[in-house]
Amino acid sequence: MPPLLDIRNLTVTFDTAAGPFKAVDGIDMSVSAREGLAIVGESGSGETGAMLAVMGLLPNTATVTADKMDFDGQDLRALSDRERRQIIGRKITMIFQEPMASLNPCYTVGFQIEEVLRHILGMSAREARKRAVELFQAVGIPEPEQRLHSYPHQMSGGQCQRVMIAIAIASNPKLLIADEPTTALDVTIQKQILDLLVDLQEKHGMALIIITHDMGVVAETADRVVVQYQGKKMEEADVLSLFETPRNPYTRALLSALPEHATGGRLSTVSDFMAAQAAENRGEGA
Amino acid sequence: MASPEIVIEGRNINRDYVSRAGLFGMARVVHAVRDASFAVQRGKTLAIVGESGSGKSTLARIITLIDPATSGTLLIEGKPVDIATQPMTKALRATVQIVFQNPYGSLNPRQKVGDVLTEPLLLNTETPAAVRRDRAMAMLLKVGLKEEHFNRYPHMFSGGQRQRIAIARALMLNPRILVLDEPVSALDLSVQAQVLNLLRDLQDEFNLTYVFISHDLSVVRYLADDVLVMLNGEVVEHGSRDTVFSAPQHAYTRKLFAATPVTDVAAIRARVARRTEALKARPGAG
Repeated sequence: MPPLLDIRNLTVTFDTAAGPFKAVDGIDMSVSAREGLAIVGESGSGETGAMLAVMGLLPNTATVTADKMDFDGQDLRALSDRERRQIIGRKITMIFQEPMASLNPCYTVGFQIEEVLRHILGMSAREARKRAVELFQAVGIPEPEQRLHSYPHQMSGGQCQRVMIAIAIASNPKLLIADEPTTALDVTIQKQILDLLVDLQEKHGMALIIITHDMGVVAETADRVVVQYQGKKMEEADVLSLFETPRNPYTRALLSALPEHATGGRLSTVSDFMAAQAAENRGEGA
Repeated sequence: MASPEIVIEGRNINRDYVSRAGLFGMARVVHAVRDASFAVQRGKTLAIVGESGSGKSTLARIITLIDPATSGTLLIEGKPVDIATQPMTKALRATVQIVFQNPYGSLNPRQKVGDVLTEPLLLNTETPAAVRRDRAMAMLLKVGLKEEHFNRYPHMFSGGQRQRIAIARALMLNPRILVLDEPVSALDLSVQAQVLNLLRDLQDEFNLTYVFISHDLSVVRYLADDVLVMLNGEVVEHGSRDTVFSAPQHAYTRKLFAATPVTDVAAIRARVARRTEALKARPGAG
């Protein structure tokens, strides 16, 4: 069975004042139905760029090229805008890092979720209200009928992220992309949101892509992991092999920079790895 | 007594904020810090752990002598200090310094790095200009930056470099106490490791006493000697690092530990096994 999302040789180039900048450089990536994929990278490694390219959310200054970009048997590159809208926001949905910034502060959260239900799924106002309550229950928002009347600023960051997740799963998507979904949240709330995402993934049979820089989040959610560095894929492995026997030096560097893996007084850093790599390239051995 | 020297001591510190709810509303009192007591020995690190709203940053501001406590006693190097009743002296300012969380917000974008570093000396001491310059240059090298960075503006630096600049500025007055308010939470993992290494080196070299505010337990475990856990303004747990981490007493501390993602291989193996079972139990998987 072919993978749900299949990307070959994806490149994203931004036109900048200093000339073209390759944010994503020849990445291959695929995710199967129901699978949990984590994309790990530090800032600037192009992990978000690749997913924004899939969603078609990049600005005009970006040029996207790929040998293949298929979702569910359809070629995403060849779609008309109308066809694209049938997929993006319905079959593929996305949530972002800042739940407060993702919601419109001028409207109640109920209005915002019902807007999706009515305009994208074509429900009547009455159906939409009923479904919104169900969705709020599904993502664990207490007193959903009352909370529908709240504005985003009246809710906590964790509750806002639950609203975002409710909106994202409203259309029963086949793939949910979560870009740093818990980075802005406290650790106990992070735990709840990650558990919720994994639970929904299993219940709804979704594929889930989590973009993160946090190895802890990877360890708790992913089936398979892609490690990116400076726009290139460094390593791809199932989650257990990645932590047990990381093959790529960059992955090893990332894991040993974790404070809980500190041996002795000092933490190893990625620049140690770069130095070792440079020495190796000069033929001096590591 | 031959006991080690206590540099900072708090006795029953309280801090209330009074907010007016509106034209007809009653004034509400928020107890941001309630009855906090603690003591830190010279050269040691006290970590204050808590989630947003726990009062940890309020306590940091009280220790840094930015805000006064509503009641209670704060002793700096054995002397009671109350900035609500006595004027802030230059000597006190030189004793305690702070590094804030966001290195993008804590540096003036119009100020060159050289001026950032010499300003504390200009304001608080009679040091001549040439000496100020030399000492700033020496400090720049000490935190791992270069001489050519002296005349650059903050926007020309990465987040990790900016945090080094903020640390250098805090050290310019040779403080004995450094308050670090989430100094690495805005940084990437590998940069975080570099800054943590730097903080350790500086502590050894200058015999600094750290008050380290964090929500990240793995960082706390790496750096702290003593740990204080706060919840809703109250200190719920206080003890040595090893005691708190090996035998947490309070339910909230245990909850924090349970919520912290674990990256050890055994835990991942257990999760992967559960997930495989769950997928098997639901036929129709892709």
